[in-house]
Amino acid sequence: MNKNKYKSVQGKQKAAGWMFLAPATILIFVMSFYPMIRAFIMSLQTGSSANMTWATPNIFNNYTRMFKDNLFKGSLVNTYLYLIIQVPIMLILAILLAQLLNNKDLKFKGLFRTMVFLPCATSLVSYALIFKSLFATQGLVNDVLQKIGITHSNINFLGTTATAKIVIIIALLWRWTGYNMVFYLAGLQNIEYSVYEAAKIDGANGWKTFWGITVPLLRPTIVMTFIMSINGTLQLFDESVNLTKGGPANSTITMSHYIFNNSFGNGVANFGYASAMSFVVFIMVAILAFINLKVGDTRD
Amino acid sequence: MIKKKVNSSAIQRRLIPTYIFLIIVSFISVFPLYWMITAATNDTVDVAKGKIWFGTHAAENFQKLLNYGRGINLGGAMWNSFFYAVLQTILCLFICSLAGYGFELYHDKYKDRLFGILLLAMMVPQVATMIPLFKMISGMKLLNTSIAFILPAISTPFMIMMFRQNSRNFPVDIMEAARIDGLSEVMIFFKMYMPVMKSTYAAAAVICFMNAWNAYLWPKVVMNKPEAQTMPMLIADLSSGYTVDYGLLMMGVLFCSIPTMIVFFVLQKQFAEGITGSVK
Repeated sequence: MNKNKYKSVQGKQKAAGWMFLAPATILIFVMSFYPMIRAFIMSLQTGSSANMTWATPNIFNNYTRMFKDNLFKGSLVNTYLYLIIQVPIMLILAILLAQLLNNKDLKFKGLFRTMVFLPCATSLVSYALIFKSLFATQGLVNDVLQKIGITHSNINFLGTTATAKIVIIIALLWRWTGYNMVFYLAGLQNIEYSVYEAAKIDGANGWKTFWGITVPLLRPTIVMTFIMSINGTLQLFDESVNLTKGGPANSTITMSHYIFNNSFGNGVANFGYASAMSFVVFIMVAILAFINLKVGDTRD
Repeated sequence: MIKKKVNSSAIQRRLIPTYIFLIIVSFISVFPLYWMITAATNDTVDVAKGKIWFGTHAAENFQKLLNYGRGINLGGAMWNSFFYAVLQTILCLFICSLAGYGFELYHDKYKDRLFGILLLAMMVPQVATMIPLFKMISGMKLLNTSIAFILPAISTPFMIMMFRQNSRNFPVDIMEAARIDGLSEVMIFFKMYMPVMKSTYAAAAVICFMNAWNAYLWPKVVMNKPEAQTMPMLIADLSSGYTVDYGLLMMGVLFCSIPTMIVFFVLQKQFAEGITGSVK
């Protein structure tokens, strides 16, 4: 009798546990996993959004089309260019700043931290527009460059492919370095100060302690920020749309931007092809995250 | 005593390069935002001339922004952004904390496995789900509604993980005591868990609000009616013409940034905690 009662209480608790996580779980299945499967099915289809049919003659038509699509290949190259150049610079800068700010002898620590962190308070569209204005042909950057005599005429930063890409990278660095620094600061606070003191007594200089203590101890954080940055960069959208509109002539467009243009852009609703491209993005995100986790998991 | 002082000034002297570096980085970080504020008070000619001090055209830019055409107006967009963001924050916090609580405090091997599966959703890019979700939402005749805006964002693996990790600090004794007192499982969540976890809720709320306020890609897909548009969409529209009025544009950007700036300055600690919250 008593045992039965105990069981029913346990059963109730078990049921409660499942009930608590049901809404979130159902939402993720309906809003993430199911659409992902739908996207894959749609990637094998063609036609307008109302009546889509299987792609003929080759069911993977949308995928083979990508290989012939120079714009898609261009967007792929652009996205990886942003990734390869921006992410390492940003993460190294972020670790360096965190290391400098973690010095207990440093004054105005809180103020410096707030200022470096401040760009995170702006929305992605906002900062893209601020940078667009700063780097406009008649903008402040051109004024300053001419006043100090580096250039003699206005440069059309956003109208030239190379400079437009550089502006996007600068803007990304500005917005996200402080964000990543916060992770490293939190990670550094878990490292006992005595470890550094001991290193100092052993005669290790700043450079040596940085590579010998900080980086190894921060490795889990570094792996995580790396994954997040890769994930974010592969999905870059707001900046490409608002800073350069993907231009000039689609030369700075990112994959997400190109997919958007193909699905909801100016009167084009190429859902099948856009889905195929988005599935490729998904595969890339998954592979890169997997590699990172494997690399980060090798314990000494 | 004196020796110590000499030492500390020697330390400070050695830190001079650090100070210089930090001052330069801080300047670069703050300047674009300072410039945004001054540009909002200048007309477009002055902005183009490179003026970096406050001007006298703030009221004029504000007027222009208020009367901005194309069916979008400042008040409407601010209200929409605010309303969607608050709604999304409340629902997201409730649903995800409930799940985090369930996953951590009622955990067994099946729930742990399920949690692992949910984490995979972190890898699902937004562009990949946006087309099927658009079809789903438009099929349900929900385009241009607040539900369309919030639905894909109210349950995220990131938030569930954050609550799950932080629930580890929740004392299980409290649950046992509450059960003996005859509180039902649901009431334990409301009466015990929620108050104890206040600081986690605060950090999560900041992140959630920021994300909702900044959302751009998804609203662009489902909120195409002018009356349903949000601040990021409004300011993006301000810069879409051939000639851009920079004073007006920066006034719009300023308005779009005010709420997030306030949150940043008032709740910076919670913001930082929220960003790193799930990785403790």
